[in-house]
Amino acid sequence: MSSYATSVSSSINPYSSSDAAVRARLSKIDGSMKGPALLFIVSAVLWLLAGTLLALIASLKLTFPTFLDHWEWLTFGRVRAAHLNAMIYGWSNNAAFAVGLWIMARLCRTEIRHVGLLFIAGVFWNIAATIGIVGIFKGDLTSVEWLEFPTYVTPLIAFSYALIGVWGIIAFRYRNTSHIYVSQWFILAALFWLPWLYTVAQIMIFFEPARGTVQSLTNWWFTHNFLGLWLTPIGLAAAYYFIPKVLGRPIYSYYLSIFGFWALALFTNWAGAHHLIGGPVPSWVISAGVVASMMMIIPVVITALNHHMTVVGHFRRVIESPTLRFVVFGAVSYTLVSLIGSTMALRSVNEITHFTHFTVGHAHHGMYAFFTMIMFGSIYFIMPRLLHREWPSAALIKLHFWFTAIGITLMLLALHIGGWFQGLAMNNPDIEFLEVVRGTIPWLHARSLSGILITIGHIAFAINLFWMILARLGRTDWEGSPTPLTNSNSAEPAR
Amino acid sequence: MGGISDPAHKFELGRAGPIGLMKSLPLVFCGIFLTLAGSWAGIVLLNHIQLGSLEPTTQQLDPETGGQMAGEERFPRVPLGEALQGKSVYISMGCLYCHTQQVRRKGFGSDYERNWGSRQSVPRDYIRQQRVLLGTMRTGPDLMTVGQRISDRNWHHLHLYDPRITSAGSTMPGFAFLYEQRPVERAGASPHALLFPPSHAMEEGFEVVPTRRAQALVSYLLSLKLDYDLPEAVRE
Repeated sequence: MSSYATSVSSSINPYSSSDAAVRARLSKIDGSMKGPALLFIVSAVLWLLAGTLLALIASLKLTFPTFLDHWEWLTFGRVRAAHLNAMIYGWSNNAAFAVGLWIMARLCRTEIRHVGLLFIAGVFWNIAATIGIVGIFKGDLTSVEWLEFPTYVTPLIAFSYALIGVWGIIAFRYRNTSHIYVSQWFILAALFWLPWLYTVAQIMIFFEPARGTVQSLTNWWFTHNFLGLWLTPIGLAAAYYFIPKVLGRPIYSYYLSIFGFWALALFTNWAGAHHLIGGPVPSWVISAGVVASMMMIIPVVITALNHHMTVVGHFRRVIESPTLRFVVFGAVSYTLVSLIGSTMALRSVNEITHFTHFTVGHAHHGMYAFFTMIMFGSIYFIMPRLLHREWPSAALIKLHFWFTAIGITLMLLALHIGGWFQGLAMNNPDIEFLEVVRGTIPWLHARSLSGILITIGHIAFAINLFWMILARLGRTDWEGSPTPLTNSNSAEPAR
Repeated sequence: MGGISDPAHKFELGRAGPIGLMKSLPLVFCGIFLTLAGSWAGIVLLNHIQLGSLEPTTQQLDPETGGQMAGEERFPRVPLGEALQGKSVYISMGCLYCHTQQVRRKGFGSDYERNWGSRQSVPRDYIRQQRVLLGTMRTGPDLMTVGQRISDRNWHHLHLYDPRITSAGSTMPGFAFLYEQRPVERAGASPHALLFPPSHAMEEGFEVVPTRRAQALVSYLLSLKLDYDLPEAVRE
């Protein structure tokens, strides 16, 4: 068993090699990604700050409806849409590009050449996102959830994505290793799935609108899969990479990860229809969505086993490593959010949770507690290797972790519990509708409070990041020691 | 099962088994392609075929021929003029984020009991809409039949101008920027000026007049009705 473990360990984890030549090679690969990865990370964090501010405004507007209500461009519907799109196209996609391509290049052991093109594509992506957000404020939003950007940015989004995504495929095509690790399948698949989803959704909803509620089905097929087949695979790829990497031990079961991958690929993409339970669409497609949502338990449990069994017994190192703190928080959230999501697809549960803040809480569970936390952890790992410099402040990392972890936990509790009561009240016709609205307000206050905590965490993160980039600009030698969060020398693995 | 625990055996399995297959790029790519193709065909294409052939129809079908009743109006209605312009205002204000436009069947939720519709809304109800606005959130009530529930234009204008005038405790944002507050002209008050209840009376000598966008939005809201039957969905 031990010899097998060793062989798997080295097969998936070739970069923790003690061989100086391998490390030098990796350093070169990291170096080739420096420009684009920095661009994506810095843009991601700027979008994160913008999106957080918009989130706070939207959250306050739900309880104080006269707050900033004199400006048309700041009406609730637009701020909410701008928040959502800043977070998914600004923050999440930039972070996914940085983390996905960086991991891909490393695992393929190949340098990214002609990074100038990738850099320019990244600039155009961010220009497109900016035009999109301005368009939303102007009132050109489409009111199609997760696709609110006005259709005039669609070509720019699609074109710049194609130029970004193709680098992952090029890296894979010219890989210098015979081993393929689970993270690579996830990233490769995600890079392929996203453009398909986006193109179909754009055509069938906007450019050649499908008839009637086929649009709604297409919308939820896209939106559910944007999270399930684009951001989730990138998040899982990062978890699969960083957990073994930082712990210095192999993933619990390589076989399970294969089955987890295919089960996810098979079932996720049917599950979106559960967003239309009770709606004006054929009931067979809803049933298929419910069944697929139940089947999602399989890949989720497999992934959970694989991630958590790798971590079990090494909790101390999780606490010590900034990367693992966030990544393991995200991995645990993935298990929870997926199981809750499957439950929500049951018609009897959905009857209560549909149309309530419960669903909003669920979206933040997936987008934030899972995906965003894993991206934070990944950025904590990647940045020092791009800049050859450590994070300036361990205290700010701790602040970032605790404020976001406590903030998102509070938000999830408030929205899930408040949403559940809202659903129960809404289903009881004896309760006046305005009474239902009033009942949600204390929970929404709690959500605003959680938003303030999260904002503080994000500001700490941003300060640390820009401090790191700006301090001693231009120095390329390693500065100081790794940034463990406790006094231990085992916090980070070998570079 | 003894062989399974043998590392060498596992190694062999690793080369020929799933790990080996996962190294074959064309195979993996086929899998990646087919999984999404499956749901695309199932959720999007099949429904496109099934619902794409739906046509407007009469409220009842001819019992003899099984076809449409000759000479009767066909539903859903064609959206027209100002209501259609109002829909673009509805879209640009993001009303969808708090209001749905779908009625669930009696017994599922309380849509029926809340008087949001006397029948379930069905796919055919939406086939004449260029953009379908089902919505997924009911921070506010469903609007599928709001034009039937409240047919008073002035009520809608007051409600949009300041929701707290008509609905105490509402958390809906006001859309006062769609209205013009101005001194009453010497020629007399505008015929479109809002009629305020005494508790919210305008300052003496001033009036509030809806802009074209506000007029269009209210026309759209008033056009939202489910006051017809379809062969597959009959009102109770």
